[in-house]
Amino acid sequence: MSQKVQLTLAQMRAGQSGTIVAIFGGRGLTRRLEAVGIRVGGKVTKISSTLFRGPVTLRANHTQVAIGYGMANKILVEVDTSS
Amino acid sequence: MKILLMGNPNVGKSVLFSRLTGTRTIASNYPGTTVGFTKGYLKLGEEQAEVIDAPGTYTLEPTSKAEEVATEMLKDGDLIINVADATNLERNLNLTLQLLERQVPVIVALNMWDETHHRGINIDVARLEELLGVPVVPTVSVTGQGIKELVSRLPEAATSQTACASSDERWTKIGDIVSQVQSLSHRHHTWREVMEDASNNPAGGALIALLVLFATFWVIRLIGEGIINYVTDPLFNWLWTPLLMKLSLALGSEGFWHDILVGKLINGDIAYLQSMGLLSTGIYIEFGVVIPYIVSFYLILGILEDVGYLPRLAVLMDTFMHRIGLHGYAIIPTILGLGCNVPAIMATRILESRRERFIAATLISIGVPCAALQAMIIGLVGTQGMQYVALVYGSLFISWITIGFILNYAVKGFSPELMIEIPPYRLPPWRVIGEKLWLRVSSFIKEALPIVLGAVLVVNILYMLGVFDFIANIAAPVMSGLLGLPKETVVPLAVGFLRKDIAVGMLAPLGLTAKQLVISSTVLAMFFPCMATFVILARELGATDMLKATGIMIAAALIMGSLQNLIL
Repeated sequence: MSQKVQLTLAQMRAGQSGTIVAIFGGRGLTRRLEAVGIRVGGKVTKISSTLFRGPVTLRANHTQVAIGYGMANKILVEVDTSS
Repeated sequence: MKILLMGNPNVGKSVLFSRLTGTRTIASNYPGTTVGFTKGYLKLGEEQAEVIDAPGTYTLEPTSKAEEVATEMLKDGDLIINVADATNLERNLNLTLQLLERQVPVIVALNMWDETHHRGINIDVARLEELLGVPVVPTVSVTGQGIKELVSRLPEAATSQTACASSDERWTKIGDIVSQVQSLSHRHHTWREVMEDASNNPAGGALIALLVLFATFWVIRLIGEGIINYVTDPLFNWLWTPLLMKLSLALGSEGFWHDILVGKLINGDIAYLQSMGLLSTGIYIEFGVVIPYIVSFYLILGILEDVGYLPRLAVLMDTFMHRIGLHGYAIIPTILGLGCNVPAIMATRILESRRERFIAATLISIGVPCAALQAMIIGLVGTQGMQYVALVYGSLFISWITIGFILNYAVKGFSPELMIEIPPYRLPPWRVIGEKLWLRVSSFIKEALPIVLGAVLVVNILYMLGVFDFIANIAAPVMSGLLGLPKETVVPLAVGFLRKDIAVGMLAPLGLTAKQLVISSTVLAMFFPCMATFVILARELGATDMLKATGIMIAAALIMGSLQNLIL
């Protein structure tokens, strides 16, 4: 029985994975994220976060990307409950 | 014919470029090494084709200055070699498909092919070629594998009729292609992943950063001093000095040509830091003091760059860097600035906004001493004790932070958030490190030596004409009143505009106290950028912002110098 939990990338714990369901941002942000492979419908795994709302590191496909906390908070992910 | 190398950042375009053209360029393991473009030539049968190494770009809708440069260049390419990272097919294909929508023939170099094997990625190249409708050649640019095939298949480069209506459609298509050509197999964790995990962990990351920083400074000094003590000093003492003394005798031990070439004899002998001759002080400052540190610094920097550590440092520093109006990525130009401010200010192009580039460039030219300047400060101020060297570095660091805070507050706008791709750790091939080091050191010698010798010549002539006495008298109130320095120190400060290493050298004969040495070298470091930096600042920021930056520098230098004069 899978339960659907939606969190922003900033809220997720390190090690959790999921599918991006929404990106709350303007065209500019969406485009920049998309360019490195972060887009709605794509898979992500959160790798780590830094203290004091520092950048969040994630993996999308085979790329590791670090993004600012604010950006991470605009990315909504449906978390895989198995992980 | 014009051939363009295009691809995402950090996929190995620059290495491939050197392979194709034999032209050497700087390549590193972080996104954004190439911010301008480099040209080279490739013989294709009878024809000489021009090859251009473009800055990396994720998309043809540019989001930074470096990406703009790349997109702009696309307009006059006759053929595009799309360099793609084979370990990252999906993201790289996004640019490939965008390129295919333009009416320019494309050939794909599937680079880093060797890494796919130990990452458990299998790609069906024939099928990919079929789906894209253009040639696809697996390559390993660091070893040269696949380069011959790439060149021989250049004429096959083709346009393709794949236009996607929207980016969603494009991603669907990419997903479709990837699922048909790529399969993944399981493999074990490698040492790199263990390292990567350790440096991603915040506590582990900070610890590693401290260790790296400490080890870096220690090793740079160790190597720099090692070269001086065991290579350059013996060469100067046993070889160069006797030769110069013979020349000195032949020229009659005094007179115009003697003083220009050999310099003034001090107690009947050549004193390398004081004689001020072209062949004594001019040559010694560059080869005996500065170049050992240049070699040492760029060797260590090259290793750090190629291992892929710098982007991780950027992530770690991000929160702090936001306080001074920048984001973590700005740490990379800053570190480059410790070598030379010119490439550092060029590298600020990787930052997204004008505001960030202004702040970063200003901070670099004020608070980040280049390797030549540092070598001289260590050499000169260090004779009084390393605590005084620490005072100079401390003052520069405090100015850097303080001015950053002020600029962040005063300059309109906000600092955009960090977004940076973290490359995998790689063990750099020694040959690549060595070539990069040679390239940097030889271009330093080519660019610096003429200016150094020119500066020594000009200084000698101005001395003889008495111009310096005139300037010194005018500047006396500021120099002695504010900074507590003898009026003669204005001369080195003025020479600092030409080259800072020579300027510090000119402080040597003035017989300054330790405190005065600290003040004068700090002011010299902050006061004015050297001529080369000045030109780059004007080019990158525009005349108005360059003047603003210069104003900030002069003010900051005078304030810092006066404070030191009061406190120390």
